[in-house]
Amino acid sequence: MIQPLTEEQRFQLVPGPEGLIETQQLAVSIGPQHPSTHGVFRMDCVLDGEVVVKLRPVMGYLHRNHEQLAEKMAWLGSMPYTDRLDYLNSMANNWAYALAVEKLAGIKVPERAEYIRVIMAELTRLLNHASVIGFMLQDLGAWGTPLLYAFREREKILDLFECVSGSRMMCNYFRFGGLRVDMDEKALGMARDVVAKFPKFLDEFEQLLTENEVVLARCQKVGILPKELAINGSITGPMARASGVEYDVRKVDKYGVYGRFDFRVPVGAVGDVYDRYMIRVLEMREAIKILQQALRDIPAGPHVAPEVKVRNFKVPEGDGYARTESPKGELGFYLVSDKTGKQPYRYHVRPPSFINLTTLEDMCLGHKVADVVIILGSVDIVLGEVDR
Amino acid sequence: MEAIEKIKEQVVAAVPGAQIEIIPSTPAAQQPALLVDREHCFAVAKFLKEDPRFQMDCCSCVTGVDYLASGFIEVVYHLYSMALKQGPVILKVRAPRELGQCSVPSLTPLWRGGEFQEREAYDLYGVKFEGHPDLRRILMWDEFTDHPMRKDYTPPLDYEWEPTAHDETLARARAQEGIVPPSALVEADKAKKK
Repeated sequence: MIQPLTEEQRFQLVPGPEGLIETQQLAVSIGPQHPSTHGVFRMDCVLDGEVVVKLRPVMGYLHRNHEQLAEKMAWLGSMPYTDRLDYLNSMANNWAYALAVEKLAGIKVPERAEYIRVIMAELTRLLNHASVIGFMLQDLGAWGTPLLYAFREREKILDLFECVSGSRMMCNYFRFGGLRVDMDEKALGMARDVVAKFPKFLDEFEQLLTENEVVLARCQKVGILPKELAINGSITGPMARASGVEYDVRKVDKYGVYGRFDFRVPVGAVGDVYDRYMIRVLEMREAIKILQQALRDIPAGPHVAPEVKVRNFKVPEGDGYARTESPKGELGFYLVSDKTGKQPYRYHVRPPSFINLTTLEDMCLGHKVADVVIILGSVDIVLGEVDR
Repeated sequence: MEAIEKIKEQVVAAVPGAQIEIIPSTPAAQQPALLVDREHCFAVAKFLKEDPRFQMDCCSCVTGVDYLASGFIEVVYHLYSMALKQGPVILKVRAPRELGQCSVPSLTPLWRGGEFQEREAYDLYGVKFEGHPDLRRILMWDEFTDHPMRKDYTPPLDYEWEPTAHDETLARARAQEGIVPPSALVEADKAKKK
């Protein structure tokens, strides 16, 4: 039984080495149900007062062995499952998987399909970056308003996705050698409408946020990621570019028809949370440029390569890796086909948001707990992809 | 990027004693890989990272593949150069499937980007990465004992045990000691009443 403290003991201060009150470090587990972790993600932190001295990401709460599921079904069978990886950007995930299979099997995609793929991927980028900035502001304490502004625009793009593919978020739109259905004039009109109105929204968004005093105070010089560490830690996408790594898979690999479009790759200077915000805004402006060119140049023709079989589709024996610039970073698929060729022998996803978490501890050390939340928000993770 | 034969020549010249083999890809993908022996894997990777002709500063993708019929597990590294914008150079290392011997040298000391990915390969395939600073499970829970992505992995029987068992599940349940499916109980009950 525990003896109750006497009155004297209760008010006695424990003297430390220098005569001060003795302090101790505190281990705090943030998550997995915490709303600012964007899903079921946990951070095991050690805090000294409010300052983070150690942080270990813990994941796996949403693990469903996506890779093993894909290895047990035909090649096309896992296309709908790729939607569920990064559930904000199902079109971008579809493309990465389709690209990998096309690379292995040597399938050529018709022109019109390539243009529609670019349109879909860039619309996805607009949707993702707008929502991420909204979520980041939510983490900063601006509850709801910026997020709803972003979601208002996202809704228009989701309506377009529904018109094209029949589903708003789980689109399952891409097929090997093309697309499931063609994009009709009505959908193209909707896309033109979105592209025409998006810059106005972006101006308004920037007017509210870019030089906002609170945003500047909370985001600048917070969570700095040095360029060398970004490269060494395999950080990709907007995060790497904010740290000054001039690398964009669209420019380097020129997959699809990206070689034909005129666009710039914005690069940050400091690599803090504010740079990551700014890079996303600039990338949205570049995405609009690409969309305008793609919608102007889109040719007529078939939407899928006619020689590709839907049933009994086979891939020659061997392995291959294909990567795309998804809104979160480099999304790659490593596939191995065996002798039968009917289903993947090995199916591996290189998830950008999982690997971008590698340097989370380095970015958070020395910052307050409240800053950890926005640093994680600026990494832009989706747990469906982190845990797979 | 240079042809794979030239890369092999340069690597062999720089790392004496390294046994390197070229593994072809599919005819369309054209991504041949370098199969390196376990002893020289780290030295070869270090050479590719530091040599000015390659400058493979980014280890983009790390994964394991279980070749059950051939009896080995292959670890695949995709290296890219962000400085020279070239790649990939694909490194493959093979280790025997037996859990005690299944180990390869870790490349995380060279590239931080391998940290979580090697942990994932350890978790799902049981490959022990020698020299990894923090080799723990990452996706499965800590108490889990098996490596679920291995091709010979069978999930424990009691996970998905259907109360209204069909033939196959019924047979599995009967095979497992001490479990009597409810449908069997109902049948036994009926037999008693008769």
